[in-house]
Amino acid sequence: MSSHSKLFLTGLFVAGLLAAPALAFDFGRPATLEEIKLWDIDVGPDGKGLPDGSGTAVQGKQVFSDNCAVCHGENGQGGIKDRLAGGQGTLASSMPVKTVGSFWPYATTLYDYIHRAMPYPTPGSLSIDETYAVTAYILSLNGIIPADGKVDRESLPRIRMPNRDGFIPQPEFDPAKLFRKK
Amino acid sequence: MTFKAPVELLPRPANLSRRGFVGSLSAGILGAVATEAAGAETLADVPDRGPGADLSAHSDRSRFARIDRIPEATPGKRNVDPGDAINSKTPHQKLVGNITPTDLHYERSHSGVPDIDPAQHRLLIHGMVRKPLVFSVDDLKRMPSITRVVFIECTGNGWENWKKADPDLTVQNTHGLVSTNEWTGVPLKFLIDLVSKDKGSNWMLAEGGDGAGVDRSIPLTDEIMNEAFVAYGQNGEPLRPAHGFPMRLVMPGFEGNLNIKWLRRLKFGNAPWMTRWETARYTQLLADGKARQFQLRMETNSVITQPSGMMQIQPGDNRISGLAWSGHGRIAKVEISTDGARTWKQAQLSQPVLSKAQVRFQMDWVWDGKPTKIVSRSTDDQGNVQPDRQSFIAAMGTNALFHYNAQQTWSIDEAGRVRNVLA
Repeated sequence: MSSHSKLFLTGLFVAGLLAAPALAFDFGRPATLEEIKLWDIDVGPDGKGLPDGSGTAVQGKQVFSDNCAVCHGENGQGGIKDRLAGGQGTLASSMPVKTVGSFWPYATTLYDYIHRAMPYPTPGSLSIDETYAVTAYILSLNGIIPADGKVDRESLPRIRMPNRDGFIPQPEFDPAKLFRKK
Repeated sequence: MTFKAPVELLPRPANLSRRGFVGSLSAGILGAVATEAAGAETLADVPDRGPGADLSAHSDRSRFARIDRIPEATPGKRNVDPGDAINSKTPHQKLVGNITPTDLHYERSHSGVPDIDPAQHRLLIHGMVRKPLVFSVDDLKRMPSITRVVFIECTGNGWENWKKADPDLTVQNTHGLVSTNEWTGVPLKFLIDLVSKDKGSNWMLAEGGDGAGVDRSIPLTDEIMNEAFVAYGQNGEPLRPAHGFPMRLVMPGFEGNLNIKWLRRLKFGNAPWMTRWETARYTQLLADGKARQFQLRMETNSVITQPSGMMQIQPGDNRISGLAWSGHGRIAKVEISTDGARTWKQAQLSQPVLSKAQVRFQMDWVWDGKPTKIVSRSTDDQGNVQPDRQSFIAAMGTNALFHYNAQQTWSIDEAGRVRNVLA
């Protein structure tokens, strides 16, 4: 065997040793639990992902006034951006008004969206308790919880939104049937 | 002997002077590309040749070909201050061929365009996987790649014509939220293998690195597993920031909002997350007040772009041209009616006709100068036929706001003026 082919075989052997156990890590690097926690912000309809903490509608009124009213109006109406309250009973009319109270099927989505995207100029700037508080305030504006109501990770998934049954999945992608075993 | 330009040979309505005709050309509303204002009556009028401009680092469009998108706020609020715009529409009436120029690909963002340094950007893949991993842009570029021509369409495309047809709309206004580019990136399947996804995980959350953190739940059907990819290239260059630099999800055939831009996280789970985008936003409100959800696929569609809204045509030889596309697959045929949908003729398709990409269709037409309506109708290789407006509205009502794919009708009056109308 020539020295050249020996070298070649050795090279193959070494490459094999390196590649076999570490194949997945040839691209990227393992994510640590700590850093996943920093980015793992999504909240499911069952409340999975909601953090510890709580807020009341009364506290939320002030947070809303300071951070949200400039776009959405003082009471979640009449602002330059999406109307957040009212509209219940209008969805079948020629002028439907889609708000959190009239259209959104899950209260958990409200927490998730405020936390990830609002306030528009500084998303993520509200604390967990402030986010719960604004969520509570918007729900109270829609009469879904009382004006002195409070929400947290336990209560939010249990809230039944008025339009919870207002959605019909497109048959092709119906989550209830899509991956059922044939 | 007097010399006349060919256009002079055609009868022209008395109210349209040559000056007016040329003027409308320079405004760019007639023809695919705007031409210079002063025409050349004879070859002697054509300017002499001579040395041109210096070479440059990149090639700009001719100053005689002004082609711009239109920033827009809510329906009907056009040419707004860019700070108030929520999208910017492709000028289909000025384009030719199948591909949208990169800088004219429509733009829709939910919290502006982030200025991302690729050296600091990361993609996290986690959830129901054995090995959660973090990838850099360079990691992606070292992986096996694919390149594919794909249309991306905002689910709101066509939103101008749900309830009424404003006669002053151009095809840019009515259909400017769909574009086709060639995208390059890594198959989703390859990334899924790297992290060893749990077999029981059938849904994926894709999340962007924009201010809104736009996120969508994506069902991992066989079709999506085989076709989705994470793109870093667009028409031979890195993605433009407006289109997701440094990386985005490309979901061939599926609504624009699923093609998450500035992608920074993929999480695997076993149920949809019910994000704001798939509950409160991109769902179709039906006439009875119920809303259709997870209507993810873009439908069979087409539109005549030449001639189209706000153009003016002359009697005689005309070329009808437009674009057709389907989220179900390849366009099989496009038919054109020049008599208000009474009779139809099959158009030619410009090759290549690719699955889930826009294709140009064309047909010669001699206009007799009488008022009429022109309309196109596409059929894809799965047998889906683009619906006429009447049956479409009968099924969907006028409140759905998303996934409008009814046939588009343009009326032509006795002066050759082309206007937007409902069928």
